[in-house]
Amino acid sequence: MSLISTLARLEAVATGRAQPTATVRHRHLSERPLVLVPLVTAGEAGAPLGALVGTDRHAPTLLVVPQPRDRDLRFAFLAELADVVLPYVDEYAEAVEAAERSETDPETGKRVKVEVELCADAPQLIVPSRAGLDFVRLLGRSMRFRRTAEQDPETPHPAPPRVPLLGRWLTHFGERSRVPGSALLLALTEVLGRHWATGQSSLEDQHLGALLAWIDPPQGVPGAEAALRAELGRDADGQLLCPPAGPATDPAFDNKLLAPAIERYDRARTALATAEDGLEADDRLGELTAAERAIRALVADATRPTWDKVWDGLELLRALPEGAHVEERWTRDRWSFTAHRDRVLAGEPPQPRRDDAVTAAGKLAAREREQARLEAQEALDDPLVMAGRRLAGEAFAGEVTDVVMAYSEGRRPSPRPLVTVCTDDLPYLGERVKVHRSLGGKPQAAEFVGYEGEGLLVLRILDRMGRGKEPEAGSVPEKGDLICFTLFEHDQRGGAKLPDPEHTPWTHGGPPGEAAALPEAADPVTEEDLL
Amino acid sequence: MITEAAFDPGAAAARATEAILRDTVQGSHRGVVVDSPPGAGKSTLVVRAALELADAGRPLMVVAQTNAQVDDLVSRLAEKSPGLPVGRLHSSDADPYDKALDALPQVRKSAKAADLAGLPVVVSTAAKWAHVKVDEPWRHAIVDEAYQMRSDALLAVAGLFERALFVGDPGQLDPFALVGSEQWAGLSYDPSASAVTTLLAHNPELPQHRLPVSWRLPASAAPLVSDAFYPFTPFRSGTDHDDRRLSFAVPSDGSGPDRVIDEAALSGWGLLELPTRHTPRTDPEAVRAVATVVRRLLDRGGAAASERSAAAAPLTADRIAVGTAHRDQAAAVRAALAELGVADVAVDTANRLQGREFDVTVVLHPLSGRPDATAFHLETGRLCVLASRHRHACIVVCRAGVSDLLDDYPSTEPVQLGTLVKFPDGWEANHAVLARLAEHRVTWRP
Repeated sequence: MSLISTLARLEAVATGRAQPTATVRHRHLSERPLVLVPLVTAGEAGAPLGALVGTDRHAPTLLVVPQPRDRDLRFAFLAELADVVLPYVDEYAEAVEAAERSETDPETGKRVKVEVELCADAPQLIVPSRAGLDFVRLLGRSMRFRRTAEQDPETPHPAPPRVPLLGRWLTHFGERSRVPGSALLLALTEVLGRHWATGQSSLEDQHLGALLAWIDPPQGVPGAEAALRAELGRDADGQLLCPPAGPATDPAFDNKLLAPAIERYDRARTALATAEDGLEADDRLGELTAAERAIRALVADATRPTWDKVWDGLELLRALPEGAHVEERWTRDRWSFTAHRDRVLAGEPPQPRRDDAVTAAGKLAAREREQARLEAQEALDDPLVMAGRRLAGEAFAGEVTDVVMAYSEGRRPSPRPLVTVCTDDLPYLGERVKVHRSLGGKPQAAEFVGYEGEGLLVLRILDRMGRGKEPEAGSVPEKGDLICFTLFEHDQRGGAKLPDPEHTPWTHGGPPGEAAALPEAADPVTEEDLL
Repeated sequence: MITEAAFDPGAAAARATEAILRDTVQGSHRGVVVDSPPGAGKSTLVVRAALELADAGRPLMVVAQTNAQVDDLVSRLAEKSPGLPVGRLHSSDADPYDKALDALPQVRKSAKAADLAGLPVVVSTAAKWAHVKVDEPWRHAIVDEAYQMRSDALLAVAGLFERALFVGDPGQLDPFALVGSEQWAGLSYDPSASAVTTLLAHNPELPQHRLPVSWRLPASAAPLVSDAFYPFTPFRSGTDHDDRRLSFAVPSDGSGPDRVIDEAALSGWGLLELPTRHTPRTDPEAVRAVATVVRRLLDRGGAAASERSAAAAPLTADRIAVGTAHRDQAAAVRAALAELGVADVAVDTANRLQGREFDVTVVLHPLSGRPDATAFHLETGRLCVLASRHRHACIVVCRAGVSDLLDDYPSTEPVQLGTLVKFPDGWEANHAVLARLAEHRVTWRP
């Protein structure tokens, strides 16, 4: 934890309120995000119990699996989920704008500009917490290899038509959310945690109710007390006032309410199956419907508080102005969305279970680049974040006290002005360390020459002064200017080109061979899968 | 069995080197892996292997991890074989290589691989090699510091060579990634794993060698470092207890720093223990204690006698290093040293001290003053680097109570299926080192 965030947490404890750690919003928020609050059954990782999902705070769709161990009911749930999510995704897939992308020409091997489609906007999925992200990935993983009856008439347990497609999209959302700074799929606790520091540990911050209690406590209640109530407060029946944000449920809810309700549902189902005549069946169907309705009410009660809190949290975030570089990062999300849309349209197979060596290396490199880029952009967009970097010795701000014109040696001397900066910061500068500042959105580099006295440091400006002998107007700081230099670079260079997967070298197992060319099958059905 | 008296370190090291060169030059395997403990002559081996391969007429590319390592290798090659043309492939940044190379006429420098085509040996960093494209791969490569190279970096350059010699120290710091990589944990080609891990997972039949003798570590340090960090691949020191001596002209003034200096001069290890306390990372008392020890080392007119020369060499600032866990600690120590008027002492983090050698090191213990022990601070390699940079003595400055802290925080990193669990873990290694240091403890209240 950085010094400034430790300070912010201490301040939060002292004041009883979360302290802002950002002055702008560092993540894109869609006008119409799709919020998903899922619940799972205790004891079975991939068994959904229900979900609240939708784009309208006041009209969520409630999906419930009355008997989570029943595979048919589970498929029905997933089909319903697909009916909500996929139309939402399709809306964004249709509106496109023209864009350019450089591609390698297969014949000449040269980089050429190609005109391609770029989706004008992209969908955005919001889940309450980090565990929700994992659940989206798990759902994606469990669905994308399924076969529908249309794809494979022989398959013993065909999936409903759109379920595999939903699996592919959720997989894409889940994978994209691993890219630092991306916003296709966000966990609200993480985004809130980026913008506020609470007086509790970051582990406790994963409880959405407690986190919001610190950020926006009820009138007159200190954050710590409100957070404790959110975590532990129970009603007369022993149920949590603020149910966990899921997907796991509270054991007291499972034991006292859910288990009896499911048992009643099971009994009603068995009774219906053994009904001997139509009249009896009608009665028993009524009982079954009532039992199902009771479970739906339970799931609604368990998800609705979280649902409301998610929208509250989004409101809090929307009140912050968007950071300057957020749009640029969202554009990369749009590229990612467009690319997956194109893969689906082209009939490509679902994402493989495991990345091959080249894909894994490519993803890791891309994410490291994005991480460095994100850290730099957040600091440039936000003086409070930059203050943290300054405190950590990674940047410094100050006033220019002197500028002396100097020139490089060589046949064509270029301007290399020496700038003296007076600063109270204590950057970790060594001899000839490169520093950077933002000049009209572009980075300008300088090198550290030495100290001239206490808090007075001399820099030599190296670039962005034009081609002439005299630097262009405005490209060199002037006496009295307030400037901020960073020790980290503002932009990231592209990484090295990796070999194609079919040219994987011997050190990494060689080319994948023919086995990899076959489409992957779904997991085999085991005895445990069937009740 | 070899008895104590019969062990001849020079002969054992020579046998190991011969076997490595035989496998490299004449062997049929595509790769050879060499594990080298600290100061076991890894660079010497790389230079010798490079010269033998060049002699055999095989075009050779050498992959190192940092520009400093590349420059060092190039100068060593030039020194050993002044007639051999060597290529130094460098980046297109300003000051891409050490200016000292300009004085060597046989070294050709370029930012383009094509300019260096046809030279018997071309040396560069892994990052630069990754941008090179060739039609015809090199016959042979040497990958230096292969345990510090990430698997994905090897993936980017492995297409450039047919066969390779991989040399490195498995006990030092593992490569790391800036973002989470749990998603690939357990895969044989996990891009965040070390290059050697991936290489051996796919090619288990490759011959693996080990250099058995550390020439750097003194007889007082080799057994501890070997037991604590290399329990399954032990090594010996190349020198005996009598071969090295550290002495001081000015007698001790009885202060804590002086007493710990004397203890370290006598036994090779010293622990300056400050009163127990939770402190910020840049613990002002501990930082000042480190700086004071360095100041006294210089003031007391130290002389280091070793097998290298008949006369004892004066202990100067450039023969002393200070090692810390964090960069801000290093910066704080630098500032404290400047206040005491000390210059030219290397002060850096474990990551940056890797591969370097000094007469005396002063270490700020990674766990000193901490309220918790995280995976970062427990990492085996970090402590191993800090405890194995010295030829004569190592002085550790630490707050009391670290062994209790260790007991309170056993390592809790999740074990991933399919990954090789590293032994010993940092917890165990830390305890082993602390137990030994406790025998050389000087308590001091500044």
